Amino acid sequence: MAEEKYNLKKEIETVRETCLRPSNHWGRSTRIWIGCLLIVISWGLYCYIHQLRYGLGVTALRNYVSWGLYISIFVFFIGISHSGTLVSAILRITKQEWRRPITRSAELLTFVSLLFGGIMPIIDLGRPDRIANLVIFGRIQSPLMWDIISIFTYLAGSTLFLYLPMIPDMALCRDRLTVCDSRFKKFRKWLYTKMSLGWKGTKEQWRLLDKSMSIMTIIIIPIAVSVHTVVSYIFAMTLRPGWNSTVFGPYFVAGALYSGSAGVVLGMAVFRKFYHLEKYITPRHFDLMGRLVLTLTIIYAYMNLNEYAIPAYMMAAGEGHLLKELFYGDFSKVFWTLQVGTVLLPIIIMAFPKGRSPLILFITCIFIVAGACVKRYIIVVPTLLHPLLPIQHVPESWSSYFPNYVELSVTAACLAGIFLVITLFAKLFPMMSVWEVEEGLVIQQDKQAVMDLRNVRELEEEKTGGREVSSGTVSIKPAVVQINKTPG
Amino acid sequence: MLEQEEENCRRSFLKTGLITGAVAIAAGVIGCNSDTKPPGSLTGKKVPLLDSAGNLIYVDEAQIPVHTNFKGITDEESRKGIPGKKFVMVIDLAKCDGCGKCTEACNKMHFLPKEKEWIQVLEMQDAPKEAPYFFPKPCFHCDDPPCTKVCPVDATFKREDGIVAIDIDRCIGCRFCMAACPYSVRVFNWTEPVKPDIIEETPSMERAFQSKKGCVEKCDFCSHMARVDELPACVTGCPMNAIYYGDENENAVTNQAGETENLSQMLEDRAAYRFMEELGTKPRVYYLPPNNRLYPKPDMNNAEENKTNSNG
Ligand code: SF4
Ligand code: SF4
Repeated sequence: MAEEKYNLKKEIETVRETCLRPSNHWGRSTRIWIGCLLIVISWGLYCYIHQLRYGLGVTALRNYVSWGLYISIFVFFIGISHSGTLVSAILRITKQEWRRPITRSAELLTFVSLLFGGIMPIIDLGRPDRIANLVIFGRIQSPLMWDIISIFTYLAGSTLFLYLPMIPDMALCRDRLTVCDSRFKKFRKWLYTKMSLGWKGTKEQWRLLDKSMSIMTIIIIPIAVSVHTVVSYIFAMTLRPGWNSTVFGPYFVAGALYSGSAGVVLGMAVFRKFYHLEKYITPRHFDLMGRLVLTLTIIYAYMNLNEYAIPAYMMAAGEGHLLKELFYGDFSKVFWTLQVGTVLLPIIIMAFPKGRSPLILFITCIFIVAGACVKRYIIVVPTLLHPLLPIQHVPESWSSYFPNYVELSVTAACLAGIFLVITLFAKLFPMMSVWEVEEGLVIQQDKQAVMDLRNVRELEEEKTGGREVSSGTVSIKPAVVQINKTPG
Repeated sequence: MLEQEEENCRRSFLKTGLITGAVAIAAGVIGCNSDTKPPGSLTGKKVPLLDSAGNLIYVDEAQIPVHTNFKGITDEESRKGIPGKKFVMVIDLAKCDGCGKCTEACNKMHFLPKEKEWIQVLEMQDAPKEAPYFFPKPCFHCDDPPCTKVCPVDATFKREDGIVAIDIDRCIGCRFCMAACPYSVRVFNWTEPVKPDIIEETPSMERAFQSKKGCVEKCDFCSHMARVDELPACVTGCPMNAIYYGDENENAVTNQAGETENLSQMLEDRAAYRFMEELGTKPRVYYLPPNNRLYPKPDMNNAEENKTNSNG
């Protein structure tokens, strides 16, 4: 027993080391990576200033397609932001043990994509200088206002949700910092001390943390669902064929969960590789996440069926025109590639255990995330290109749309911004929730103990050879329950 | 109740009519362009104006009454609209020959470049065997406007006189209203618009020049003309007399030729309809069906080329 305890301690020590190590290490590749991101961001910033100066006319947007890439990306980012809630909150509520090493990255993904998702509509504004009007003259009747409110709520909520479980880790960083020698030591010391809020790990503090976490876990789920629902209302509450659809709320939520969970897989895989977390994020985690993504993809496929098959059966005038365009017109190639390549095929692939192995799942999820992004575009643009009244007597460029370099650069800058924030975060803070993983180890240990006990029993059984001894197993059961209970 | 209201309105209409008649032309805001600026004169400045027929005339500044620019109108008043009025438009598709003069007149009045059209003349055909027709499309000033519903800052709103106006000093350029308008009426100022050589001191919703970078604009039923009891530019610009404009409370509409018709009678006799009634937007623009046309029908093969969608 003493030996086992020693092992556990060692394990915990390894966890801490693995998690804290990247903070001390600013390798060449990291610096090059950050440099590249900064270049992309500066170029995007330049393009945005250009856009501010000369107006949105420098983009490819025109009177018919008045919303384009920016709004599509907005919807996409908000969708990705559902990852954190899903993986973290839902898995927490259902007490899934395997969530422990991946919650932090999922929550981070939520926070960052929400941050940049919220910026996209501001970039899209014609008069960002008048943004204060939203407060001064704000009309609560506008779905856009609901969006702003719910996104802010969600941002605040997910910040808390990310931050709360970080507190014990911050204390750990604070205490460890003196030992290790790292860059920006003073700054770090200050940051960790501030962020740990004087965490000492007292019983009372743990009780508070547990309590606030369980409250947040429950609150964040309806908020997340509401966010994507009202994002869909921006479209669904207009009188336009293709948008004017009652399934848009759940359809968007399903799409968000589908792309968000795939996003988590990507995050998992990347962190696992770069921070050498193979020991903690195992193929089993990928398998389980794969099942989750599979389920959500099936739900999303089902929503797609509803969204397209019903109007396609009726083929009402305006709607029919748009659908024909999607099914065998200009957008058909993209449309079918998306439906087959990013919905149907992933379902088939992930249905097989081999398809859920880390590498294949990673590749599948890249397709899913990319597909979800293009899908947003396919929701926004074709509808605008097919208004109820014909597009006539307008310059050629108005009746088609493809984002130009300004939009692409600004979007790329936002994406780079996301990567930059994640990178800096990973450099400053542990990418796994250290204390949660530790607790997971303890639980595992206990499980191991149970297994050992069972092995012993089995051996005994074999020794006695008699079948009557099985009554002994029954007597052990209470012990099993007890052991399992202790850590919780 | 309603009758009394109508009665009141009629009376006040007559009153305002008398007062404003004198200053009708005095909308000094109209018709001035940098290239048409008159040479300076010794006796004082000549101000270019549009007369009711849309011709440019020059009037000495001294002759212009003081009511220029409706300086007296406050922001609030222009948000409320012209008291006692309920503006309405009737477009007779049987008379429209698609010449596009209404668009020209409108663009001239509001200083719009060629590609910006507040009133568009579309070529339409609802079904292959049905009659093709020209379809002038201004803003319908819907009574249940989907565009004002979605505006997050109340920059576009419904006035009591039926006009859907835009406050270009408040609009944040989110373009939600453009997405919401099912008739693709609204246009956006993607770049800095070319400013005319005028300074209007009217509240922004009643200016002739309504373009501002990053803001939305659209047909405003010529609210600045309505203030002075004048007809909108498209009405006076239509050589076919196809567009009628008037006050629903007065139950009368007038066209370019000055023919004033009884509104309800006309709507009934000609079986008027509102475009896409099924959308529930309740437009304030009525269309008279294109029966017994006296002009050649639009060439739909030609229209087919520059159209990507029809509602048929
Ligand atoms: S036609 Fe369009 S812009 Fe005009 S009031 Fe109706 S919805 Fe608004
Ligand atoms: S573009 Fe302007 S008028 Fe239109 S909804 Fe936005 S703020 Fe309102």
